[in-house]
Amino acid sequence: MEYYLQLIINGLVVGSIYSLVALGFVIIYKATKVVNFAQGEMVMAGAYICFALTVQYQIPFALAFVMTLAFSVLLGLLIERMVLRPLIGEPIISVVMVTIGLSSILKSLVQVFWGTQIRVFPSILPQEPFILMGLPIAPVYIAAFGLCILLFAIFSLFFKYSSVGIAMRATAFDQQAAQSMGIGIKNIFALSWCIAAVVSSIGGIILGNINGINSQLGHLGLKVFPAVILGGLDSLLGAALGGLIIGVLENVCEGLARELLNLGGFKEVASFVVLVIILMVKPHGLFGTEEIERV
Amino acid sequence: MSLLNVQNLEVVYNDVVLVLKGLSLNVEKGSITTLLGANGAGKSTTLKAISGLLEGEDGKATSGTILYKGKPMSSKSPEKTVRQGIFQVMEGRRIFEDLTVEENLRCGAYTQPAKNFSTNLEKVYTYFPRLRERRTQLAGYMSGGEQQMLAIGRSVMACPELLLLDEPSLGLAPLLVEEIFDIVKKINKEEGVTVLLVEQNARMALSLADYGYIMENGRIVMDGKGSELLHNPDVQEFYLGLSHGGEKRSYRDVKHYRRRKRWLG
Repeated sequence: MEYYLQLIINGLVVGSIYSLVALGFVIIYKATKVVNFAQGEMVMAGAYICFALTVQYQIPFALAFVMTLAFSVLLGLLIERMVLRPLIGEPIISVVMVTIGLSSILKSLVQVFWGTQIRVFPSILPQEPFILMGLPIAPVYIAAFGLCILLFAIFSLFFKYSSVGIAMRATAFDQQAAQSMGIGIKNIFALSWCIAAVVSSIGGIILGNINGINSQLGHLGLKVFPAVILGGLDSLLGAALGGLIIGVLENVCEGLARELLNLGGFKEVASFVVLVIILMVKPHGLFGTEEIERV
Repeated sequence: MSLLNVQNLEVVYNDVVLVLKGLSLNVEKGSITTLLGANGAGKSTTLKAISGLLEGEDGKATSGTILYKGKPMSSKSPEKTVRQGIFQVMEGRRIFEDLTVEENLRCGAYTQPAKNFSTNLEKVYTYFPRLRERRTQLAGYMSGGEQQMLAIGRSVMACPELLLLDEPSLGLAPLLVEEIFDIVKKINKEEGVTVLLVEQNARMALSLADYGYIMENGRIVMDGKGSELLHNPDVQEFYLGLSHGGEKRSYRDVKHYRRRKRWLG
């Protein structure tokens, strides 16, 4: 029993990182209708920058964290400006292809600078596990989970009540009508890429603190697809729950398969099996908007 | 005093299709001016050229000038035009369906300072009491008339000086059309908003407007005071469906219609 509880807790923590990355994905999709295949590589870029600052340049972690976020803002702006702005008005398939290209460029850049071996972050939080209901939990897990919840709360409020947030949702629905309101849609696009880059970097930094990082970190981006499709492509709440569910599901499946069938590797497959099932049963996801039809 | 003056405007779509062929018109400050014409005459294009929304549709103003308050303003981005006080209510209402009514109104107020929001909101709710009832409802579930009210309400939130209205009567029942036109008139009077109205419903538009222009194939072919145009025999014949005597015409005379129309264009 304890084994499974431990699996669920691991799942929740990994899931909360999926949720964060999914959040970035959903924000881009919501505001610009672009499916961003480079999301995982944005996670990786953030993690490596933070690694370089803390380990190679010996900058204290708190400062490095802030600097990484500033770098992510720049990265987001740069990607939007150089890569996506010229594509406004082009067919969606071209935009998707470009984000796939972007993902390989980011990945190669990381390999050029830092190589492919696993890098480990210095431990910032105490190693001493925290005992919750008889289960030992690493403090970094609790911090990760708390940070994710905090970020979700902030962004939900932002989209619900701030006028920029509402303008972002309006732009997502109808770009030309949004323009006619005086909303500068190019600024909205840039902003959504910045937010996505920032939350992805935070995800990357947390992952680095838990597992260490290597150049395959970008594959995380693929795991985000089941999460957002389960939650609904354009729902923040969906991204949060979808990420958690996928995280728990893949850990529990892995554990069950190991225990009962003595098989490994289910972790990678489980979430995609779920993905197929969701697409068959509920193609809009749990919280995605279905088209409004007036009768 | 003229608020908007368009001179010899030419607009080309996709570098090939010439839609406006030297269009000129003038909108007096504080007036309601209407622009009438058949489908494809270029009415909406004219409005988009003024508001800057052409850029998203591969359209370009290749020659001519648009003077707003005496200053040229071509090739400006739409968000700048809104900040200058020109607001276009697009054809087909174009409300944000998955936002609530009040969130839609907040989008309209995007360029306005936040401190004016509640007074403007109150103003919109006074013009359209029905919007107040539905303030927390998703806009997509409202009826066509309510959506049109919301679209006009959004424009009031932006406190424009010049309101470009593109076919507010589209797809609405005659009674609702009358209600909406009454409110447009009221907004024009009480807020001092100048209105440039594009319409298919010629009778309604001409009875409301101070001045009217009639377009055909990208040019203005006739203009005059609203009441004059309403009683002009050619307008009555081609746009209001009446013959010279004021009776409905027989379909047999359609040949005659064609000959006259060519002369008019």
